[in-house]
Amino acid sequence: MPQLRQKILVLYLHTPDLNSNVVAWSMYDGTGNTNPTTGDSDKPPYNTVVEAMQHGWRVVQFPQQFPAYPGMEYHTSYLRFEYILEKMEEIDD
Amino acid sequence: MIDKKYLLDSKQIANFVADGYLRFDQLVPQELNEAVHAEMDDHRIGRGTAGAPLSEVWSESSPIGTVFRLPEIQGIIHSLVGPEPLYDHHAVHIVNAGNEKGQIWHADAIIDTRLHFDIQFFYFAHDTPREMGGTMILPGSHYRRICETDIARYQNFLEQMPVVCKAGTILVVHHGIWHCAQPNLTDRTRYMFKLRLNPTVRQMCLWNIDDIDDPSIPGILSKNHKWYGNDVRLEIVNRIKFWRFLVGDDKFDVGYWMGRLENLPENVLRAA
Repeated sequence: MPQLRQKILVLYLHTPDLNSNVVAWSMYDGTGNTNPTTGDSDKPPYNTVVEAMQHGWRVVQFPQQFPAYPGMEYHTSYLRFEYILEKMEEIDD
Repeated sequence: MIDKKYLLDSKQIANFVADGYLRFDQLVPQELNEAVHAEMDDHRIGRGTAGAPLSEVWSESSPIGTVFRLPEIQGIIHSLVGPEPLYDHHAVHIVNAGNEKGQIWHADAIIDTRLHFDIQFFYFAHDTPREMGGTMILPGSHYRRICETDIARYQNFLEQMPVVCKAGTILVVHHGIWHCAQPNLTDRTRYMFKLRLNPTVRQMCLWNIDDIDDPSIPGILSKNHKWYGNDVRLEIVNRIKFWRFLVGDDKFDVGYWMGRLENLPENVLRAA
């Protein structure tokens, strides 16, 4: 019986458009086959969310968009256009 | 009184405003690098009291005290936080040989809303090739309002910059810069000496301002960092506000970004 494990790919985009370019990225691997860490790649695994979808990744969370709080209109903080994707992979049990 | 030739110039300060760091390769002489390396190996660098004058923390005879009395380093300090800054804290950052895990991204301390700013020195006393790390920084991240490891979900950014350098290299960073130690895949211990300093004077025109009107400065203040995405214009606003603070000119603008927002006419035309 094949065992499935989840891999999570987090892509941060230039704009909310899923076709816009990836500016930052993270990977979390539930299969245990890889151990992603900070600074481990200079280029994103995909250029856009749509490209990742074309390679079998499922989008599981969209970033919500909120108007800036009064007084916070020009402040910057976290990366705002964060898309979370998943892929289920078989592992050897 | 510090010799003007050791002060930073306005273009360097503009780059600090845009990037949140300045880099000085092989600034510290090799003999001193080796002495500081040995001090770190032997855990001999004493800890000062937070808020004490930096000049009182380490003796002139100690290697680390000598490094921070070099006229080039004094010039950097004076240009950014003024004369007689306060010692905040220091840390000897160690990444053991064979450590394959990168540190999580973070900014030091907590959310800091000041325009007044602290600086941190990152001093690399030995050669640091990529397989040894070194510290990764994210240029232009210093205005982001986050609390320490709130940013730990992130792993990689366009234009992230590992400090790969020769011995004696110094980075001076704004207190808000995002950074993380990188894996050390060598068989040698990696060190990075960090020192945080606080200003004791208003941080205005502390550098050599002979080139304050240099035509390249607006362009420097407008540079993009690819990881910003759509937020680049907001970051330019942050820089304009910071530059105004640093030069004492509340009308300074780049590309009309602030002029447009501050245009609030109140004169009422009389009916014809």
